[in-house]
Amino acid sequence: MAGAAAPGTGLGAAGGDGDDSLYPIAVLIDELRNEDVQPPLESLATVEETVVRDRAVESLRQISQEHTPVALEVHFVPLVKRLASGDWFTSRTSACGLFSVCYPRASNAVKEEIRQHFRSLCSDDTPMVRRAAASKLGEFAKVLELDSVKSEIVPLFTNLASDEQDSVRLLAVEACVSIAQLLSQDDLEALVMPTLRQAAEDKSWRVRYMVADKFSELQKAVGPKITLNDLIPAFQNLLKDCEAEVRAAAAHKVKELCENLPIEGRETIIMNQILPYIKELVSDMNQHVKSALASVIMGLSTILGKENTIEHLLPLFLAQLKDECPEVRLNIISNLDCVNEVIGIRQLSQSLLPAIVELAKDAKWRVRLAIIEYMPLLAGQLGVEFFDEKLNSLCMAWLVDHVYAIREAATNNLMKLVQKFGTEWAQNTIVPKVLVMADDPNYLHRMTTLFCINALSEACGQEITTKQMLPIVLKMAGDQVANVRFNVAKSLQKIGPILDTNALQGEVRPVLQKLGQDEDMDVKYFAQEAISVMAQRLRKLDLPVKDSEELSAPRADKNHFLSPTVPGDNTRKGPAYQLHVNTRDKLAQLELAERVHFPQSRD
Amino acid sequence: MDSVSDLKSKEIKRATLNELVEYVSTNRGVIVESAYSDIVKMISANIFRTLPPSDNPDFDPEEDEPTLEASWPHIQLVYEFFLRFLESPDFQPSIAKRYIDQKFVQQLLELFDSEDPRERDFLKTVLHRIYGKFLGLRAFIRKQINNIFLRFIYETEHFNGVAELLEILGSIINGFALPLKAEHKQFLMKVLIPMHTAKGLALFHAQLAYCVVQFLEKDTTLTEPVIRGLLKFWPKTCSQKEVMFLGEIEEILDVIEPTQFKKIEEPLFKQISKCVSSSHFQVAERALYFWNNEYILSLIEENIDKILPIMFASLYKISKEHWNPTIVTLVYNVLKTLMEMNGKLFEDLTSSYKAERQREKKKELEREELWKKLEELKLKKALENQNSAFNMHSILSNTSAE
Repeated sequence: MAGAAAPGTGLGAAGGDGDDSLYPIAVLIDELRNEDVQPPLESLATVEETVVRDRAVESLRQISQEHTPVALEVHFVPLVKRLASGDWFTSRTSACGLFSVCYPRASNAVKEEIRQHFRSLCSDDTPMVRRAAASKLGEFAKVLELDSVKSEIVPLFTNLASDEQDSVRLLAVEACVSIAQLLSQDDLEALVMPTLRQAAEDKSWRVRYMVADKFSELQKAVGPKITLNDLIPAFQNLLKDCEAEVRAAAAHKVKELCENLPIEGRETIIMNQILPYIKELVSDMNQHVKSALASVIMGLSTILGKENTIEHLLPLFLAQLKDECPEVRLNIISNLDCVNEVIGIRQLSQSLLPAIVELAKDAKWRVRLAIIEYMPLLAGQLGVEFFDEKLNSLCMAWLVDHVYAIREAATNNLMKLVQKFGTEWAQNTIVPKVLVMADDPNYLHRMTTLFCINALSEACGQEITTKQMLPIVLKMAGDQVANVRFNVAKSLQKIGPILDTNALQGEVRPVLQKLGQDEDMDVKYFAQEAISVMAQRLRKLDLPVKDSEELSAPRADKNHFLSPTVPGDNTRKGPAYQLHVNTRDKLAQLELAERVHFPQSRD
Repeated sequence: MDSVSDLKSKEIKRATLNELVEYVSTNRGVIVESAYSDIVKMISANIFRTLPPSDNPDFDPEEDEPTLEASWPHIQLVYEFFLRFLESPDFQPSIAKRYIDQKFVQQLLELFDSEDPRERDFLKTVLHRIYGKFLGLRAFIRKQINNIFLRFIYETEHFNGVAELLEILGSIINGFALPLKAEHKQFLMKVLIPMHTAKGLALFHAQLAYCVVQFLEKDTTLTEPVIRGLLKFWPKTCSQKEVMFLGEIEEILDVIEPTQFKKIEEPLFKQISKCVSSSHFQVAERALYFWNNEYILSLIEENIDKILPIMFASLYKISKEHWNPTIVTLVYNVLKTLMEMNGKLFEDLTSSYKAERQREKKKELEREELWKKLEELKLKKALENQNSAFNMHSILSNTSAE
């Protein structure tokens, strides 16, 4: 419930005239009971806008939890009944969402009434109401006694599942899952399965799609025996359905279906009953179907084991690797780790390579990006020699791609490869090539060199960074393009922690100071940033630093001001000194003053 | 499914259907009672099907080409045949109603969601004939259309056949008897008015506006709720829709009765005043074009004392400030017209407007002064505190140094 506003203080003080009128309301909000809030919610539950109605129903559901059982029957149930008998369809649809929350704690007589209302809404004239009832059928069934489920819910379910509108029928399929979980095997076979079989062959593709979509849940709910007898044949039909949407939905569920079969005998079932249909799908006309299949087919190798994978699945993988649709190829490559566990991907590498190379040059950049993401994984699995021989040039080519996102991903990729293959490999193969780009006529490529250095320095270590990378970076400080220069400053800041202090003092600082006097605003700013960070590090080692450099940096270190003064320490000036030295504009002054301010006395 | 398989059989079927169409159109006395059942069965078998999922999920009816029905060569002939059957002078609804029942009509209505415009066109004519001949089905048809529209507005925002259904409704409304039944009035307020909020309004607005105006011509007392309803749903961010709404308002004003006009003039012209000062020139232009309409001008003149005060401020402001020169010209003409209608009122408003502006400017200045003072106060306080902090600090450091 809403909390009460603080009586009087802020309100009364500010306005003085009418604001005190809020006080009684504020107190009342605290005293409001659940039943007082219900009337406005009830009228909100009848409005046209679905979002408003849905929220009102949500709130009413919460309120019902807070009622005592007595209050529930006195206040809440009548509300639900009024809504359920409203003449405009909106109130009746809202009522559907409220039955399940008030049923459990009602008395038997009231329970009977509630069931009665629900029954009539399930056969309401308006399809909107029937849809709402169908969507809540499962939830309602869960709170009912088993007898009522069998005698009342199942007939309602059967009716809704044969409604003339397919939008109602498909919602009944969802309810099927919940109902199936409540019944025993025998009851299921007699009461639910006929309807489910019908739904799997419904003339509307939407209903069949829903069956395919909920297949795993259905499988779990009906248990292994019925799965074998009924669901597998139904699944086979869905896999060769005439509508591509249905086939794709079924294809998505192949792996889950197979995984959830009982371990004993499942290999045979899959080999004989599922695999033939999957083979057909590999050459389906619709690309979404093939793509859906590709995303799950690799998972079958762990279930079927090494021999079956090599004999039956491998040809399928290879076929999909050569598919004309890039998404299909990508989905195969993204799931290679499953196969690697079982048979190792050497078998695939022959076909893998052309596929990778083509994807790496695909016209759509998102496809190229996806391949880059898998590169570290592939490299790890294929080994360093294979990589150097075949894939290295690809990685380098990505560094100079037209699209920035690709260049960025390629840089990260290099970092991960160095982590995998080690610094010596990096020094021999990667670093020289990266540093060569520093002389490229295109400034974007020169900047890429800097980004690579940023990414690689930590993995490569101090020696390589100082001896090979640093000179290049420092050289680029004289580049004619300002973007390169300020990225030099940023790079120096980034790799600073890896360098030793001699390098910092002797080589980096002069260059940064020169950049700090650059004519370009951004270069100056980043240079000063870098200087202050570096100064911090040097100070820790007790080296002298000029104060004026720090103050020009806008984000001055807060702790610096508040740290206690130590007598005789020249580098730590008191706050007042700072204030007098640089009072260029009032804003800076205000900022500094705020920092000196003791926190508690802030008003 | 391969659309080029079985070409020979398809050709045979097409030829047969063609023959049937010819036969029914040119001969009399061929539609015998025993044939009705088979005819309806043949038609149902051919046209009633679940429409396939759209190939293009982001189908934009205004921009993209619709996916056409592959079996159109056959279906077209079936529809032709159906129409000739219904329109034949030998056709007897009393016999046909056994077969053309509610279930049949329900399935027919679902087909209106077809993406193929040719099919929807046929369906429109077919439904129109059925509505005309089967009086017993009329209430059911209206109810089902109701449900389709409600689902369209509130649940899916997708239905390809809205325009066609509205066209049929236009002629249905035209035929309503007076006084209008409550059911019809409810349909207007609960379905037609909210339908103006649909995203794809441009596709069916003409038909929708026609329906609304038809209602008002039947019963003028509906004017006030209709206009208030439109004002409630007035588009806030979609200028294209605003232009449509303004068009509809003009159509309504064209047929409005002066007594009804008086009831809604204030809220309506408040909205028009906002439209006129819109920075979107098409909206402003459309609103200003109201002043080209003779009848509207006469209504304004009759009620000038109420309307001019509402319109004046925005018109005056735009004449000075709008970026579009065409608009400025239009506004000047409008101002001139209004001035000619009631010069004295115009003058009064001008001077009070100027006085009002002065007052507002003064308030602005005062507010800015207040903010400045607050800034300075804050600065002063901050310095005071900092000074005291420094004093504390130096006291502390002095003590520690000792």
